[in-house]
Amino acid sequence: MTDKTANTEEISIYDELPDVPPKKKIRLTWVGKLGVTVVIFWLIMVFIGPYVAPFHEADIIAYDSFMPVWSETEGEGFHVLGTDYIERDILSRVLWGARTTIGISFIATLLAYLVGVTLGIGAAVAGGWVDMAFSRVNDAILSLPSIMLGLLIVVALGTSIPILILTAGVIYAASVYRIARALGQDIMVMDFVEAARARGEGMWYIITREVLPNAIMPLATDFGLRLVFVVLFISSLSFLGLGIQPPMADWGSMVRQNLDGLGYGSYAAVWPALAIASFTISINLIVDDISASEGGSLARKMIS
Amino acid sequence: MQRMVIQRIFIGIITLWVVSVLVFVGTSVLPGDVAQIVLGQAATPETLAAYRAENGLDQPLYMQYATWLGGMFTGNLGISKAGGASISSLIGGRFANTMFLAGVVAIISVPLSVVLGLLAAMYPATWIDRVLTFGTLSLISVPDFFIATFMVLIFAVNLGWLPAIANVSPDDTMLETIQASAMPLITLIIVVSAQMIRMTRAGILNVMNSPYIEMSILKGVTRNRIITRHAFYNAIGPIVNVIALNLAYLVSGVVIVETIFAYPGLAKLMIDGVQTRDLPLVQACAMIFCGTYVVLIILSDVAAILSNPRLRNPK
Repeated sequence: MTDKTANTEEISIYDELPDVPPKKKIRLTWVGKLGVTVVIFWLIMVFIGPYVAPFHEADIIAYDSFMPVWSETEGEGFHVLGTDYIERDILSRVLWGARTTIGISFIATLLAYLVGVTLGIGAAVAGGWVDMAFSRVNDAILSLPSIMLGLLIVVALGTSIPILILTAGVIYAASVYRIARALGQDIMVMDFVEAARARGEGMWYIITREVLPNAIMPLATDFGLRLVFVVLFISSLSFLGLGIQPPMADWGSMVRQNLDGLGYGSYAAVWPALAIASFTISINLIVDDISASEGGSLARKMIS
Repeated sequence: MQRMVIQRIFIGIITLWVVSVLVFVGTSVLPGDVAQIVLGQAATPETLAAYRAENGLDQPLYMQYATWLGGMFTGNLGISKAGGASISSLIGGRFANTMFLAGVVAIISVPLSVVLGLLAAMYPATWIDRVLTFGTLSLISVPDFFIATFMVLIFAVNLGWLPAIANVSPDDTMLETIQASAMPLITLIIVVSAQMIRMTRAGILNVMNSPYIEMSILKGVTRNRIITRHAFYNAIGPIVNVIALNLAYLVSGVVIVETIFAYPGLAKLMIDGVQTRDLPLVQACAMIFCGTYVVLIILSDVAAILSNPRLRNPK
């Protein structure tokens, strides 16, 4: 028997201890893998989109509006996806738009998580009237449709990118708060938290070492879904002309601006719409795959 | 049971009140002066003061709120900033149009989704289920305007069957109204049904995980019988809940759909108000939408209480 095998045996002893958490392997179906590929593609475009795009997002270069797919402007180059209503290159605008739409949504979702998780876990740990007060305000925000809240804030404060990020961040912090609080409450009654308390650990230690590590996986899955909601929210506002303002390229407003082109047989509105759909559907497919590989019950197995 | 329902309705009224405060304060405490924004930079101090006195802006905020809330109850919603027409007269016809849209969508999509959701749950992992789950997942993860765009592309541009603009007027015949509003209707039905099919399917599959279903599997009851005799009745509660929730989602759906098809409804009026920063108009519309939403959520909760014997008879 060599040293090597002895070594692995030693490790396997610990693997058999009763409280070792089962190793989680996330196995994705081909649909899930496709989703991962598309999401990674768009994430790369967030960073390099403006550099690989053939033209600038605001450049009016073509001689004609609503040019068809794969047309050419003399001396400038090809318009792979055609041109839009004021003679700009669609492909370039879709690539630039990745940064605007996904970037802004991502920052807003991060903000929502920062606020929601801090307050939610805080409320779960603190309990009492703090929990009570936060939760009631939260219920009031959740009891309104998000697009209505968005419209109200826009009419009050006007539109700019910081306001847009704050609006989406605050609105979606409410739903993050609810999830984080529920998770926190579940974890707070576990034996290991009681053990930590009995050891005399402080609040900060319990939050960062006991509660957060156990809440991180469910929160990470939820982050994907929340990002989809924020992308839909921000592009809906932009679609209504109340979100990101021209000349910045943004998928939602691009659909709206080029909608009239459909009547002239131009597909200019279709490409940004497809870009949004490919991103949001892919995230949903990944999340669906992960939850399906974790689920699976006796009844479902037996009945099918 | 009565106590629980009354309690829920009471909480709902409190929520409605909080919502009214949110709507009012959210739109009133602007950075800057409303009179200045409306009249522009060129306004003299006299005209500003006159404008404030006329609109009650010189009163303290809680008095303004009381006047506004009183107006909500008596139907006196104030005067629109743009054009100076009374808001009640602007809203009247628009509200009926939106209710028509929402009503037809509900009548068609509710039975459709319950049947399709049931089908998907009855034959899990078959092609019916796969097509329905993948299709509805795709539909709920794209923006409403994506579906609307493709509707225009298919039915108005390529096939030329339906008009791309929903030009509804009160003196249309029934057939003309239906044809004009067909596109917004189809779009909304797709959006709302996708959500409802998924939730119905999940609701029934959730019931399928209960021990008594396992029991009937073990004693050899056929699958169809289990679903139609055992699972469905116990899933009615969750399904009714889902229906009420989704009718509430209609509220956000109409905002986009009415804008894209230029349908003369309440949401279109509100968006126009937002663009012209017509505060009284936006406040009134927002209150109607949010009120409807809250009432539907209360209804869904009450339905959940009524349909669940365990909630109906609390220990």
